[in-house]
Order: sequence, then structure tokens, then C-alpha cells
Amino acid sequence: MPRLLRVLTGVAILGFALTFYLGFFVAGRDIEQGEIQRIFYIHMPAFFGAFTAFGATVLGGVIYLWRKSDIWDKIALAGVEVGLAFALVNLVTGAIWARPIWNTWWTWDPRLTSAAIMALTYAAYLMLRAGIEDPNRKRAFMSVYGILAFVSVLTTLFIIRVVPETIHPVIVGASPQNAQGSFEATSGVITALVPSLLLWLTLMPITLIWHRVRLENRIEAVRRLKLSVLSE
Amino acid sequence: MSTGFPSAVLAIVRKDLRAELRSRDVISVTAMFALLSILVFSFALELDKVAREEAVSGVLWVTLVYASILGFNRSLALESDRGVLDGLLLAPISRSAIFLGKLLGNFAFTLIVLVVILPLMHVLYNKPLLSGWLIVTAVIGIFGFCAIGTLLATMTVQTRAREALLPIALLPVALPLLLTAVRATNGILRDTEWQVWLQILCGIGVIYFVMCWLLYGYVLEE
Repeated sequence: MPRLLRVLTGVAILGFALTFYLGFFVAGRDIEQGEIQRIFYIHMPAFFGAFTAFGATVLGGVIYLWRKSDIWDKIALAGVEVGLAFALVNLVTGAIWARPIWNTWWTWDPRLTSAAIMALTYAAYLMLRAGIEDPNRKRAFMSVYGILAFVSVLTTLFIIRVVPETIHPVIVGASPQNAQGSFEATSGVITALVPSLLLWLTLMPITLIWHRVRLENRIEAVRRLKLSVLSE
Repeated sequence: MSTGFPSAVLAIVRKDLRAELRSRDVISVTAMFALLSILVFSFALELDKVAREEAVSGVLWVTLVYASILGFNRSLALESDRGVLDGLLLAPISRSAIFLGKLLGNFAFTLIVLVVILPLMHVLYNKPLLSGWLIVTAVIGIFGFCAIGTLLATMTVQTRAREALLPIALLPVALPLLLTAVRATNGILRDTEWQVWLQILCGIGVIYFVMCWLLYGYVLEE
């Protein structure tokens, strides 16, 4: 393992422990929502982690189409897998929070729907990828699809600014009229949120994508070894 | 020697329309599907008068989307089976001319479906669907949808599962377009705020068109 990756992994794990500590012990207990509000310190950062990872997919796709070097396609694939995992963390934590606050696990709110469709878009990416045999064609097609799929991420991000009848609260800026379960961004909330957000936005996706790219390289090496053994 | 851009586009559109006129492979299937879909919806939803009014724009767009997916698959599958795509690639014309030609062909086919189902729904669902702005909304929405559909169908037709993959790839990506189109249609029918939705629809349509235009060259290689 390269030294830098080892350092990044260590810092990411320590940072994750630190944000847990901040979220559980430093940030105060929310007056209205109680302890369940603390899940927010994972919920929102997880979405932005997915944002970075899917952003890496767009970047990888654009550079692959331009330069045609395999490494960028591997980064794009890693971005999809890491981002999908983060998007699922985001959806599951949201459902756990919504159960006591909205009195339901799930509701067909515009933002919830669009977040679910975002996850499905990237699941479709993986299905489509598995369906293309020719490796060069696969890389080019998936770069194109990875760029298009980012539309679903932007939709999820901006939909509550466009469709006003959402009940999903907004913490930064004014909440929509019908939002239920908003809470004030007090100094305690900000102390716990900002480090967590920075960690999920940068270190976590970058470290995981790097690990995933290394794994992909090994998968490829194994495949090559198998072929050479078979051909003997 | 190379053919000029507009004449290359026109030639492709003319080829598609002529082939369609002779075989009626695409239109017959999609129009029939659209008719059935409208009827099946009214049974499946057991629409009473109120529910019918609430559901009409959703039924319209879902029908259009599924019918056009069927059409994209059919038109691109015919192309690749007969080796037309390879032929087009060998021709001395730019990739974007191929995109525009195929897009306009698919657009024309989907418009024919619209022409069939809009009067029919107007009668069967008893809503004023034949109003000017509603038709404008439908045409813009269909155009944007055809742009993504043409790009993705060219991709999926070259994969193993072919037909099965297009809806899976297309529906999530086309969702913002579909959402705003349904909103605008609903607004026009109920005479609530719809101008802003039509503007957003135009914006999204243009963005999709430009993206697909730029990316199309990459799905045609080899």
C-alpha cells in the first residue's frame, strides 16, 4: 500500500471516530427532537460524500473520453460504487430519523423520491456496465452514462428550491414552508456538523475510491494470470 | 469529399421516414401500444370522474414515454441488424449529423403517437387536452426525451441484453424532464401556475440536447 494511502486511511478512521464523539457528546441534545436529531451528523454528510464520489465519476468519465487511459475509467467505476454506498447510508439514516419525526419510514416527498431515483440511476449504471462485453466500448459507454447520471444528483440537491411543497427540512438557508422537523443551527450543531461534513466530503470518498481502484487493478491482474495459466 | 451538414441530416431523416413508410415497423407498434396503454390505465386505475381528472397528465406522459421507448428500441434495432449504423459511420459525414438525423426521425415518430393519442384522450378523459400551450409543452418534452432516448438507445442496442436495458438506463436519467413536463401539463389543465414549469422544461430540454449532442460521437466508435 502506498504510504500516502496508509496515512489517509488512518486519518479518515480517526476523523470518523472524532465526528462520532462530536456528534454524540459535544453537540447538545435537541429540545424538540431529542437524541434522534444526532443522526443528522451522518445523514447530510453522507449525501455530500455521495456527491463527491459521483463527481469523481463525472471527472473520470470526461478525462477518459479525452485521454482514453484506463485508470480514469477505474476511478469512475469506483466513484459509482462508493457513491452508491453513501447514498444508501443517506437513505437509511433518513428513514430512521423520519420514523419518529414524520411518523413514517418513507413518504413520497419530491426530495425523497429524487434521492431514491438517484440511487437507482447508479444501480442502473452497474447493470448497464455488466451488460457490455467489449472492454473499450464498455469504458466509453459508461463514461457517457456516468456524466449523464450526474443530472440526478443535481436534481436531488436543488429540487427543494424548485418544488416548494416538500416536507424535507433545509438547514442552510430558509426552510421550505411545509418543512417538518427543522431545527436551529446552533453553535453546538455547527461544531459537530462542519468537521463531519468536511470528512465525508473529502477524505472518506477519496480514500475509499483509491482503495477500490487498487482492488480493480488486482482483479485485472488476477484475470490476466488466469488467462496466461489457461493458455499454457 | 464530404456532404454538407444540413443535407446529411436531411438525408438520414428522409431515409428513416421512407423506410418507415414502407414497412410501418415502428409506428404500428408504438401507436397500438399507446392506445392499449390508455385503455388499460382507465381500467387499472378504475377512474371515476375526479380521479380521471387528477391522473390525466400522468397517464399522458407515462404512455408517451413507454411508447417512445418501444419506438427507440425498434428503430435502432432495425438499424444495427441491417448494418445501417456501420454504413453511416463509413459515410463522410460528421457524427453530430448522425445524431441529429436519428433524433429528428425518432422525434417525428413520437409526434405521430402524440397526434394519435391526444385527440383520443381529449374525448375519452373529457379534458381539454387539445389546447395550444399543452401541445407546445408536449412537443418540447418529447423533443428532450427523444434526445436522451436516441443517445441511450444507440448505446443499449450494442449491449447483450439490448431491449431490456433501455428503460432501466433511460427512465432515471429522464426523470427531471418527465417531472417538469407532468407539472406543466397539470398546471395548464387546472389553470394554476404553469409558465414557470414550462420555462424549466425548456431549460432542461436544451441542457439534455446539448449534452447528448456532445456525447453522441463517443457511443458510435468502432
